[in-house]
Amino acid sequence: MSDIAIKVENLSKQYRLGEIGTGTISRDIDRWWHKIRGKEDPYLKIGEVNDRTQKGSSDFVWALRDINFEVKQGEVLGIIGRNGAGKSTLLKILSSTTSPTLGEIKIKGKIASLLEVGTGFHPDLTGRDNIYLNGAILGMNKREITSKFDEIVQFSGVEKYIDTPVKRYSSGMYVRLAFGVAAHLEPDILIVDEVLAVGDAEFQKKCLGKMKEVSVNDGRTVLFVSHQMGAISQLCNNGIVLKNGSIAMMGPIKDAINEYLKKDKTDETVGYVNTKNSGKQTYFKKIITQNEDQIITEDFGFDEDIIIHCEFEIGKLEKNVLLGVTVLDKYGYWVSTAHLVIANEDNSDTFKVYDIKIPKGILAPNTYSFRIALFKPHVILYDLVDPVCPIRIIDTGSKMAHYEGMDYGNVIMDIEFNQV
Amino acid sequence: MNTQTINNNWTKTIKPKVNALDFKLAEIWSYRDLLFLFVKRDYVALYKQTVLGPAWYFIQSALGTLVSFLLFNVIAGISTNGINPVLFQMSGIIIWNYFASSLLSCSTVFIKNANIFGKVYFPRLIMPLSIIFSNIIQFGIQFTLILASIVYFFIKDHTGYFGLAWFMIPVYLFLMAGIGLGLGILISSLTTKYRDLTVLLNFGIQLLMYASAVNYPLTSLKLKNSGLYSILKWNPLSGVIDGFRNCLLLGKINFDTLLYPFLFMIFSLLGGVLLFNKVERDFMDTV
Repeated sequence: MSDIAIKVENLSKQYRLGEIGTGTISRDIDRWWHKIRGKEDPYLKIGEVNDRTQKGSSDFVWALRDINFEVKQGEVLGIIGRNGAGKSTLLKILSSTTSPTLGEIKIKGKIASLLEVGTGFHPDLTGRDNIYLNGAILGMNKREITSKFDEIVQFSGVEKYIDTPVKRYSSGMYVRLAFGVAAHLEPDILIVDEVLAVGDAEFQKKCLGKMKEVSVNDGRTVLFVSHQMGAISQLCNNGIVLKNGSIAMMGPIKDAINEYLKKDKTDETVGYVNTKNSGKQTYFKKIITQNEDQIITEDFGFDEDIIIHCEFEIGKLEKNVLLGVTVLDKYGYWVSTAHLVIANEDNSDTFKVYDIKIPKGILAPNTYSFRIALFKPHVILYDLVDPVCPIRIIDTGSKMAHYEGMDYGNVIMDIEFNQV
Repeated sequence: MNTQTINNNWTKTIKPKVNALDFKLAEIWSYRDLLFLFVKRDYVALYKQTVLGPAWYFIQSALGTLVSFLLFNVIAGISTNGINPVLFQMSGIIIWNYFASSLLSCSTVFIKNANIFGKVYFPRLIMPLSIIFSNIIQFGIQFTLILASIVYFFIKDHTGYFGLAWFMIPVYLFLMAGIGLGLGILISSLTTKYRDLTVLLNFGIQLLMYASAVNYPLTSLKLKNSGLYSILKWNPLSGVIDGFRNCLLLGKINFDTLLYPFLFMIFSLLGGVLLFNKVERDFMDTV
């Protein structure tokens, strides 16, 4: 027995750019009427050449190009990539809402997609009716829904309002009910796209748990698309990184996330660069942030050290200058401060380079910036750069990953809970 | 490794091209619960939306009947071949209403449901099918009006027909449903490319009503103007409407006149499904 659930072979999808036809029958007739009288096409734009041979190169764009992969039964595969990389197109083809241009997909078992929860909900229908309708749209039959009904209601926590039209529901209740139906589908393959972006934290946690349960206990195959690296790293075993319609990398989820976070190219404008010296002897020349591999970036994983690379000049006669660094949260409040005395020997070079390492696993996923200074306490402030080097810490699987996207603080500590 | 057995294990294959004549009847059957739930949704939505709700359909057909009666029978003085003119107009109008509303709703099925079609897959034909079933509810409401009228005129004038011929009524309804569905999905497939077709349709359906024997008997046309008759007799709707009226009010069934509408229905359905299947595969990319 083969244990491959999905096999994608040479899959490509082409989109045509721009207008297709003129869009209305009257204009097409008009165009045709001009043509038979030997006149110019009135809807052709100025400077545009109606040359059929050019279409192959310019009018079409490949949203997906030669995608090949296999998904094993019971595997939870994360699909990551920047906007426009082709994730959604891939899922749309997998869920049969659009067809591929080339290649084919073979699927074993029943497939269901949660491209967006609540599809087909009718505001005038009660929660009960909507559970049935939505379940049926997602591919369940009546008997299956009836057997799951109580579980769905309990999961979504709307028992009291089950016979109320959903237009009276709060948006949270609405989403919970919708996800409840979707989560209780029993397909062999489940496609999930960004559904976790909605709902309160408790509910998000419930959803993640449910998805984990689905994949681990029931051995079902899940394809998961999200921008939330924390959720991805928690749920998935393997990942595919899509870049411009092709697979950039495929492998264990940690490697896939690292690949995704990697900057496409080193951007020189990141950070602080001071080329003109305004008469100062002691000043910063360059401040940038790097990851462990000395690659300049603004995005760091939770499990990555942050290195602030500082280049500065210290005037010949200055002794015991302090290099201070303060981590600022997104509101500009001080999170933590540290400093170092720079011993400036008489014969040493005035140009100094320091790497300040902020250890991994402490700063919570959020955005931060830095305040970096050269000073002598209570005496003189030589140079101050504030704020500088905005960075983003992305959840790659912290303890708080369930609450990704929420502001639950700036620091994650190993807090112990002991029952006494 | 035995590749052959592995290939046989796949339950579904997604390919760029499919057989356009594959009607997917088995798949539609497996989604029959969804069809039923869509009909139920339309029914509930109808009741909950307005205070008048279903009563609106009574008013609509009653007023339509009144206007047609005044216009065609009182003013123009068109003969109804001995049928009570009020019942004559009412029967024509309710079966026409069924056809017109089915056709109109089916013809916007892609545009109206682009949102849901873009997210979930289910056999797309379920949607237009549910429309023609939902419209039977509307027809049923209006049908009770005509039944009441038949009873009223029976008590008042001691004329009218009740009888076994009424068992043929579903056949006429079926023909109307089939033609409405066939033409509806044909048009809806074209509206994904030509948006202004719906405007044309709204206007064209008015004209079509006058070209279908809704307000006059087909036979009267035959006598008065044979040239016009030779054109209008090709309208398959006239045969169904005339047949429905004769069956309901006179108990007369003429099977000969059903053959042409039946063939027309088969061809419009074939053409409709053919185009619908072609369009449904990637209309999401163009809509």
